[in-house]
Amino acid sequence: MERDVAVLGVGQTKFGSHPDKTLPELFAEAFFEAFDSSNIELRDIEAIYFGNFVGEITDGAANLGGFIADEIGLRGIPAYRFEGACASSSVAFRDAYLAVKHGIYDCVLVGGAEKLYSAGTPIGTRALATALDSAYEVNSGLTFPGVFALIARLYAKTYDIPLEKLREKIAHVSVKNHKYGAMNPKAQFYNKFGDLKVEDVLNSRMICSPLTLFDCCPMTDGASAVIIATADFAKDRIDEPIYVRGAGQASAGSLFRQKWDVVKALPRKRSAEMAYREARMTPKDIDVAFVHDCFTIAEVIATEAMGFFEYGKGADAVEEGLTWADGEIPVNPDGGLIGKGHPVGATGTAQIYSAVKLLRGELDFVKIDAETAITDTLGGDFGTLVNVILSVHRR
Amino acid sequence: MFKDFFSALMGGKLIGAKCKDCEEITCPPKSTCNRCGSRNLEIVELSGKGKVVSYTATYVAPLGYDGEVPYVVAIVELDEGAWIVGRLDVDAEKADKDDLIGKRVEVYGKEFPTEQFYPDKQRRVVPMFRLVE
Ligand SMILES: [Zn+2]
Repeated sequence: MERDVAVLGVGQTKFGSHPDKTLPELFAEAFFEAFDSSNIELRDIEAIYFGNFVGEITDGAANLGGFIADEIGLRGIPAYRFEGACASSSVAFRDAYLAVKHGIYDCVLVGGAEKLYSAGTPIGTRALATALDSAYEVNSGLTFPGVFALIARLYAKTYDIPLEKLREKIAHVSVKNHKYGAMNPKAQFYNKFGDLKVEDVLNSRMICSPLTLFDCCPMTDGASAVIIATADFAKDRIDEPIYVRGAGQASAGSLFRQKWDVVKALPRKRSAEMAYREARMTPKDIDVAFVHDCFTIAEVIATEAMGFFEYGKGADAVEEGLTWADGEIPVNPDGGLIGKGHPVGATGTAQIYSAVKLLRGELDFVKIDAETAITDTLGGDFGTLVNVILSVHRR
Repeated sequence: MFKDFFSALMGGKLIGAKCKDCEEITCPPKSTCNRCGSRNLEIVELSGKGKVVSYTATYVAPLGYDGEVPYVVAIVELDEGAWIVGRLDVDAEKADKDDLIGKRVEVYGKEFPTEQFYPDKQRRVVPMFRLVE
């Protein structure tokens, strides 16, 4: 029998630099915030779904399920570690959701942690590149900014937009997300770059042409945690359960094998459609979106593939203000990956954190009336895609 | 498998897998056809010619590649239809100044020192793209 599923408490560490903590210690901080706002007992939690991307490389740490469980005082229960690059904790979330929905567990903990800032840029860049084709993409020295730089040029050609014009348009993503990130006390760039200008983005250091430093999200340490349970369990314990209405997931291989599909982010279209179908919703039903803006161009193609704008119109949309907090579909009003930070394995459940806070009216630095939100997390060059739809309404 | 591809490339041959069911060329070869998923494949030699579909001049490299910056990574569409990733044989400055998309290229292999995470522990071969008229 299928059950409705709801989110109870949510937690997130400050994003940025945490060289003084291990991955389990960092995760514990996010977990305690989520647990303390869930009104449950520790013994209510039946399993842990934990996302982490490159603990082996940054901290020499694998087999993290057990260490996480032990750190937070939950020794003995099943504890899984999920890896889907930047979508690691979103993959964990979807599996946790399916387990609760289909009666395997009644209440579980989901989350993630990553320490890429502390690893330093050269190791961090190499660690991130492990999400690309190890034999046929990384050998040329391709990096993640490189992947989206390649996609930016493909986008410009496909829609016949001069490259310099496209750079200006997508720079607005950075300006917007830094504006909100500067207002978010948990963001890596809290109180920083809040009045960034398009020219600042264009003139900052070139990383992979045509993308500059401000087109890119930063390297980040951080953790996030959410507790989910059956809707009946949740409504007995907290006043405002946020309901999980649908979740989608899709996959693809190497960037070069996807050819022109990359411009349209087809795996994301498939994943989003799976989530919309389950929720019996269309993009028009969504009030706010938390999408995977690892790079400025990435947010633009995400908003197209998720159905908010026609293909080729996403760059105009951000320039015209349609994705700002007061626009027709606010995108990343928490700062997104660019303004808030991107602790890879923690990013998916951090998006859920912001979405839940906003739907409860607790994201007090930005004013948006919203009843339904969607999250979007991308792992690799479209290798792993997850979308989750959350609502204040049970049905 | 992947080592055969790079050995052939160092020997001056670009190889692909031709699908006997749908004619698609998969390059570099993989275990199944990139279009229909068939296992009914044969290794064939390709022309080694194609055109640039996208590229990026890379200024910040991963650990193990830092000594090589700046370099230009490109995607080339081979005349047989497959897309492959390699490096454009032009300097970063020229790549940023000119629009190289659509330019004709020829593929050849070049050996670089391997690094700790690369799957081939003996060498790292990069498909290089030389601009031709
Ligand atoms: Zn075939």
